[in-house]
Formats: sequence, C-alpha cells, structure tokens
Amino acid sequence: MSVNERKSQSDLKLIGTSRRKIEGLDKSTGRAVYTDDIVLPGMLHGKILRSPHPHARILSIDTSEAAALPGVHGVITGRDMPRVYGIIPWTPDEYPLCVDRVRYVGDGVAAVAAIDEDTAIRALALIRVEYEELPAFLDPHAALAADGSSPYVHDAKKDGWNGNITKRVHLEFGEVDGLMDASDVLVEDNYFFEGTTHTPIEPHCAIGLWQAGGGFQDADGATTGKLTVWSSTQVPHYLHRELSQVLGVDQAHVRVLQPLVGGAFGGKSEPFDLEFCVAKLSMVTGRPVKILYTREEVFYAHRGRHPFHMHYRTGATTDGKLTSVDAKILLDGGAYASFGLVTAYYSGQLLCAPYAMPAYRFDSTRVYTNKPACGPKRGHGSVQPRFAFEVQMDRLAEKLDLDPIEFRRRNFIGSDTRTINELRITSNGFLECLDAVERASGWRDRFRKLPFGRGLGIAGSTYISGTNYPIYPNEMPQSAVQMQIDRSGRVAVFSGASEIGQGCDSLVASIAAEELGVPLDYVRVMRGDTDFTPVDLGAYSSRVTFMLGNAAIDAATKLRKMVQEAVAAKWEVNPTEVLLAGGMAMWSSDTERQMPIKDAFNIAESMFGALGSMGSYNTPKDVHGEYRGATIGASPAYSFTAHVAEVEVDVESGMVEVKKIWVAHDCGRALNPILVEGQMEGSAYMGFGEALMEEQVYKDADHGRAGLLNAPSLLDYRIPTSLDTPELEALIVESIDPEGPYGAKEAGEGPLHPSIPAIANAIYDAIGVRMTRLPFSAPSVWKKIAEARTADTLRKPLVPAGDGTLTDNPARTAPAGAR
Amino acid sequence: MTLQPPAGLATLSAMSSTSEIVRLTVNGDNHAVGVPTHFTLLETLRYVLGLTGSKQGCDKGDCGACTVLVDGQPTLACLTPVWEAEGKQVLTVEGLATVDGPHPLQDAFDVHGAAQCGFCTPGILCSAAALLQRSPRPTRVEIQEALAGNLCRCTGYTKIYDAIEAAAVAQAGDGSSQAAG
Repeated sequence: MSVNERKSQSDLKLIGTSRRKIEGLDKSTGRAVYTDDIVLPGMLHGKILRSPHPHARILSIDTSEAAALPGVHGVITGRDMPRVYGIIPWTPDEYPLCVDRVRYVGDGVAAVAAIDEDTAIRALALIRVEYEELPAFLDPHAALAADGSSPYVHDAKKDGWNGNITKRVHLEFGEVDGLMDASDVLVEDNYFFEGTTHTPIEPHCAIGLWQAGGGFQDADGATTGKLTVWSSTQVPHYLHRELSQVLGVDQAHVRVLQPLVGGAFGGKSEPFDLEFCVAKLSMVTGRPVKILYTREEVFYAHRGRHPFHMHYRTGATTDGKLTSVDAKILLDGGAYASFGLVTAYYSGQLLCAPYAMPAYRFDSTRVYTNKPACGPKRGHGSVQPRFAFEVQMDRLAEKLDLDPIEFRRRNFIGSDTRTINELRITSNGFLECLDAVERASGWRDRFRKLPFGRGLGIAGSTYISGTNYPIYPNEMPQSAVQMQIDRSGRVAVFSGASEIGQGCDSLVASIAAEELGVPLDYVRVMRGDTDFTPVDLGAYSSRVTFMLGNAAIDAATKLRKMVQEAVAAKWEVNPTEVLLAGGMAMWSSDTERQMPIKDAFNIAESMFGALGSMGSYNTPKDVHGEYRGATIGASPAYSFTAHVAEVEVDVESGMVEVKKIWVAHDCGRALNPILVEGQMEGSAYMGFGEALMEEQVYKDADHGRAGLLNAPSLLDYRIPTSLDTPELEALIVESIDPEGPYGAKEAGEGPLHPSIPAIANAIYDAIGVRMTRLPFSAPSVWKKIAEARTADTLRKPLVPAGDGTLTDNPARTAPAGAR
Repeated sequence: MTLQPPAGLATLSAMSSTSEIVRLTVNGDNHAVGVPTHFTLLETLRYVLGLTGSKQGCDKGDCGACTVLVDGQPTLACLTPVWEAEGKQVLTVEGLATVDGPHPLQDAFDVHGAAQCGFCTPGILCSAAALLQRSPRPTRVEIQEALAGNLCRCTGYTKIYDAIEAAAVAQAGDGSSQAAG
C-alpha cells in the first residue's frame, strides 16, 4: 500500500513545514540528559587498562595489588567474560576484554571499579600484565601477503588459509572484459582513501546496574537478577542482545536505556568494551558502575572509515556512454571484523547508480591489521569508491570533450529500474539534483573559465534508505511504534528508535500530530528504553526516517480510523468524511460541523475502550537479485545527491581553500525541511573535513612506537572549525518516493558522498592537477603541483565546446609570477 | 528520580590527601564546596554542583563543549582549576534563561535547528552570548571567529550562524533602539 496516493502536499498540515524539535529547547537550555549526566546512588567509576603493544600474547595478569588498593571494589579481566561476540553474526571475533592475545595498541585487557575516577586510574597502574610481543601487521598489503610464518591477526579458520583475511568478495555482472576492450576511451588509475574517524563530541559512556535477587530466576530456577545498562549507543536493540549473550543473562532480564546521544555517525553502532565492563563490574561489586571514555579512548574504539586501496578501469563510448567498470579494492580493516563483511560488499555494491553500467566487476578483500578496528562511518563503505569513481567520471568526460555534468546526464540510470547488480531503483531525482547545483553554482558561465587557481568540480552519488535485512536473520518488523490516546487529548508515542541528533523523536511526534489532528505539543514521546519501547533496529544505514516513519504512520492510521468511526457514528456520516486536523474533528462536507479533538477521542474511547495501537514496518523482499551477496546493498529506496564545490588553490603552498559547496539532495520528501538541510549541510561539512584535513594514521617503527595511533586528540586529529568550514548551500530535491513515509527517503548519509570527489575535480579545474590520494593536505597538493611544473602541465584544462572540440582558455596558465 | 544528579559535596578521592573548600558564584548562587585540590571548574560544576549542562568532550581544551563565562569571558572549564574561579562570577548554560523563559539565543537555536545532537550546544551558546554582549549585531565573520574554539560535528555550523543572527535581531527588537538593524 502506498501512503502517497493518499497524501499530496496540500493535504498535509505539519509534514513539510520546518518545525522545532521536541527536545530542542532541552538541548539549548542544558536540561537534556546524556549518559554521563546521570549519577546513581552509590555509583562507582570504572577504568579500562589498555594494551601498549599492537600484537602480543597475554602470558599472565596479576590484579592482586590493584584489588587491594583502598577504594577499589572490583577488578575484572578477559577471563571473567570469555564469550566471543561480534556485531555481524557470521564474524564473531571479539571479547569484551582480551583473553589471551591483544591485537592493537589500545585493546582492553582489564577493568577496575573504584569509588572515584582517580582511584580507578591509580589501580590500573598496579595491574601487572606479562606480554610476549608478536610481529605486528600494520600494512594491509603485508597482511594480505602473509604466509603464516608469524601468527596471523586472527587464527585461520582452516589450514592453509590466510587468517588475516576477513572477507573476500568477487562479483561480476555483464561482459566486463569484452565491453572494456570495445570501449572508445579508457581511464585507469590507483586511488587511496586514508582512514578517518567519527569524533562525535560526546565520548562513549555507559552505566551498569546489576540488581541481584528480587525473585528473578534463570532457566534452571536459580536465583539471578536484573541488569540495566545506560549507554550512548546508537543500537540499543543489538546491545541488548549482545549483553544477554556475553554475560549469560536472560534477555528478558536485561534492560538497555538510551539517554540522548551526543553524536554518533556510525561510531556507536555496535557494542563496545565499556558496556560489557560496566555490567560485569556491577555484578562483581553489587554497585552501579559508570565508565566514560577519555577522548583518547574514543580514538582507540574507532570503527571509523576503512583505508581503501583502489584500482579502477572505466570505459566509455565516443557518444558519452559508460561501457564497463572494473574495480579491485583492498580494505585495511584493523584488528576486528566489526561490520567488515558488510563493508567489503558495500565497497562494490553501492556504486551501480545513479549511472547505468552495462558491465561491472569488483573484487574486494578486507584484511585484518594490528590497528583499531574500522567499521561504519557515515556513508558506510561507499564513500571511498565514490571518490575514485567520480574522479574517473571527470576524466572520461574530459577525454570525450564533454561537460562533466552533461556526461553524467547521459548516463543517468532513470527511475523505476534495476541496476546492473539487480538492485531495485524506484524514485530517482538525480537529474533534478544536477540541474539544481548547475544552476545555483553558475556552472555554465564559470566551469573551466575561472582564473587560474580557482575551479569548480561536480560529483554525484546514491545511498540506501536502510538495509533491506536486519543484521541477524529474522522476519520480524525492522521498526515498530506504539501509540496511545488519553482523555486530555494527548497522544503518547512509544519509540525504540535512536535519537542521535537527527530528529527521529520529532519525526514520530509529527506523524502522530499529522494523522490524529492534534497540535504537536499534545504529543509526548517515550523513548530509548528496551523495557517499554518496541524494537527499532537502530540508527544506522540511513534507515530511520523510512522505516520508523512508516511504522508510525501505520500506528497512527489505526487510531485515526477508530476515532473517525466513532465520530461518524455519532454524526451519522461516513467515517471517511470525518477529518482530524487543527485540534478538531470536522465533517468534510460542512467543516462548521466540528468538535474538539479531545471530545472525539473521548467518544472513541467510549466506543472501543482504551485507545492504543501498534504499527510496524518491514521491507519488501523483491528488491534484489538471487546471487550470493545480492541482499547486501538492497534497500527499499535510494537517495541521490549532486555537489558542486568551488575551490581556490595556492600553488605556492599547496593550500586548498574550499570557498563553497552546493549540495542538492533527493530526499523523497522533506518532512521537516530545516532538519533535512541540517543533515545535508552536516554531511557536506564532514566530507569536506575528510577531503582536506582528516586522517587516522599510525606511527611506524621509525617514528615512535610502531602501531601507536598518531594523533588521538581533537587537537592533532584536525576536524574543521567554523573558520575552516566553507559556505554550504543546501538545495532540497523531492522525488516523492512511492513507498517512503509521505514519500520521504534518507538525508543523513547520502549527501556526504560527493563532497570529496567534487573537491578533487574542482582542484583539477583550478590548476590541472589530479588528486588521487586523500587527504588533499597542503603538502600532498604541493607535491603534485611540483610534479606538474616539471611536466609542464600546471595550467587550467581546456574548455569543452560541447561539440567534441575544445576551446582554449585565455586565463588558463599560471600567472608569470608563479614559479 | 534517579536521573537527576544529587547536588552536594563530592565524594573525596580515597587517595587524595588534600581537599579544600572553594567559594564559587555560579549563575548568581553562592556555593562553598569541598573538592580535591586538582578538580577543574568543569568537574566541580558537573559532578559536585549537579550543573550537567556544561559538557566534557575532550577534557583537554580542544573541543569547547565545556565553555562557560567567567566574569563574562568565554572560558574552558575543563582547563580551569576550580580555585581560579573563586570569587568570580561563573555563568553556565543553565544561567542563560530567566524565569520568563529561554534566552533569545536558546530559543533561536531551537527554531533554526542549530542543535542536532546538542552536545556542543551549551559551550557554543556561552561563546555566542559573550559575542552578543560585545557586538550586539555581529557579522557572519565575527560569529565564525567567536566560535572558532567550539567544535560542532553535526551541523556544518550554518544553522548555528543563522540562529545567532536571528537572536541578535530578536534582542535588538527588545531593546530601545532599532538603529543597528
């Protein structure tokens, strides 16, 4: 059933207008409660001891001195929780604390709980760990080439296998080699995307509370207790399951509470050591225990963007059509699998739109290395290949003497179609996105025509609106919402979705108000508590608006129909003629005939009894192919984005200044435009940071301790400040998706993707230098400039005339003063 | 109600040999608190006085989430030893609102979507409040400079600028002169 047949914009009251968030004023007045703001009576403070070695065997751990320190209430090691876990059920390879081996500098080995943080820190220094150091794999190529002469990062699952390989994916669609050979033009190059990390401003924090007794019994009838964990997680449901499995507590006796989360971006989307440690330490001490990561620990926890080593071959015909794409990718995964199996698939699967590809092959291998584990960061697995591919597109356009926007238009895949890898595409506003950024940036008058040193670049992309399947196989709904109506006219919404700043609590409130006709301030949202809120799988894969929104519409529609039926019976009219809007129930044939919504609710409660409903959403199952891996990358809908970036490059220093980014994004329908713009601007900002500044890099043996994180602080890992960030202009495009809630799709991750290649392509327009390695820092750009000087190619590229010819550019060379 | 941190004296560290009584004026209230001598102003605000609006994002002066006003000057509370604030006027995000309602900045941040996750917001509001004190109608460049010490990871800053400009207009509208507009 399509909700959009029912609702055009003129039918909508709240949806589509910019509104405050329901928790907005709490956040701006300091009242909003985050995990570290919570203090429980008798609460202890925990700390985790971390490995100083990138790869070592644990020979022994002596905790006796630490345990004897006054003020210390408990010390635990890996042997207290020896159950392996992992966010992806097929690749469990982590322990809450290392049992017999450490795999990166920062891996947790023991934890203490004490009366305060200072005492806990002193206790850590008293724990004696004896290590046997092992050779470390820091380079992914070396990890891939390993022959077993030194221990792999993880033991091989079968004799003769390389235990450093997490996952190998090889998928091929169409006649890749034949069409490549038949191409009129070919572009081939290597690209490198350096790893980056999320750095939410809130460090991870968790509180554990074990309440023994109270009549709680395990399956054998033995006395047990109840475990409550507060966490800054973005996946409370998965945390709930993993806590139960690792700690051996019945899921029914585990409660996860999620206070407001101070940013996540994928960095809090799986369980971390601190959540297991606060739970276990509370069990050991009988007291609530809090652990707050230091900023340095946030960097060790990581799960950020994988470094990708990429090789692309791309062909096209003289009339500007793509023929064949061939990719080979090595993913540097760090010490654990995390979401890596999915990352390996996403590295190839999400490239097949918005351009039609007659043939496509990718070969991706994720290897383990002795560094903090990589995982999902905003635009999981697809930001890196998108950078390489959109630069390839720019090069092909140049070879074809085509305007790069025109080249992208010619290859548009269209709407209501299938990609070469058989993903179902429904709504698609990519052409409108291209039009919007072309117009807003003054592209036609300025591309290739700005003075030397200034340039414009274009890039496009697509992203999923949620993964079509949950992380653990099941056929239950992906999202659910409960609503109830009370006698005062209020609506209570129970939502298990994860509010990480994107506005999902406001989303369900708006839908309740829209459907039930109550003012927004009549809606209350009860959130983030696995004891009381229905399951939503979490804030990841850009799934929330689409899935939670549809679940909320389902719940609200059921209630609306009951209210309409009750009022219709009283008025003796047809239920469909009863409108609920503006705090009133009205008769559609004569809106003077009306009653306050409270009275309508009371009539309905008299007819049906207490008023409540459950709504849920699950994905359609016919949206992908049947081959192995076909489900990964499948989504009920895809968003589309185009960016134009404008840069100024100082050829003396190599410094790149991004002057402005125009970001056009097809979000289906903007349910709350100011929040959609915020997601688009925030995405463009984050991509900009990755393009120019950010890199999660490690020391080698010549520069300190090998494997040590180079810059685990917000001073040294540079993220853009207000002075660095370019002007950002958000251009919303609405394609009204047939299955999205009121036509909506995602807006949180897609708009990041084109930032990086758009900037790379703008640098080329400015000075004729191709950037193929991230980040585009001043030294790396300067090096390329020096090479271009030597080769005498440091100049603005020629201007495509559009008819297959090039015109010269009067301002195309470096000023005489430039060396 | 366990979500509210209890106000009162902090538990003194078992190993801290020294603590002292510090007299603080925070949001107009006079406090005498016993804290370990190494406590920062941020630790004292959050964990002793229960004023958890000011946030800890890095604990080393890099992110600005802990920014408060000390005698009207934006100050990183996580780097300020608590005794340095003795005898001075400390204003936190909780002190911006009045009995009549939120500060114009707080309302504008809500209206303009300037707080996504909200974790940097208290520090940014304090920096912005100081800016509007010294420059009631700031230019965008002035705003960018005033916020250079406050990292926001969600917004890309644009909505924050919009909110501060709107608050400046709202404040000017409340005053006696419209000249600046």
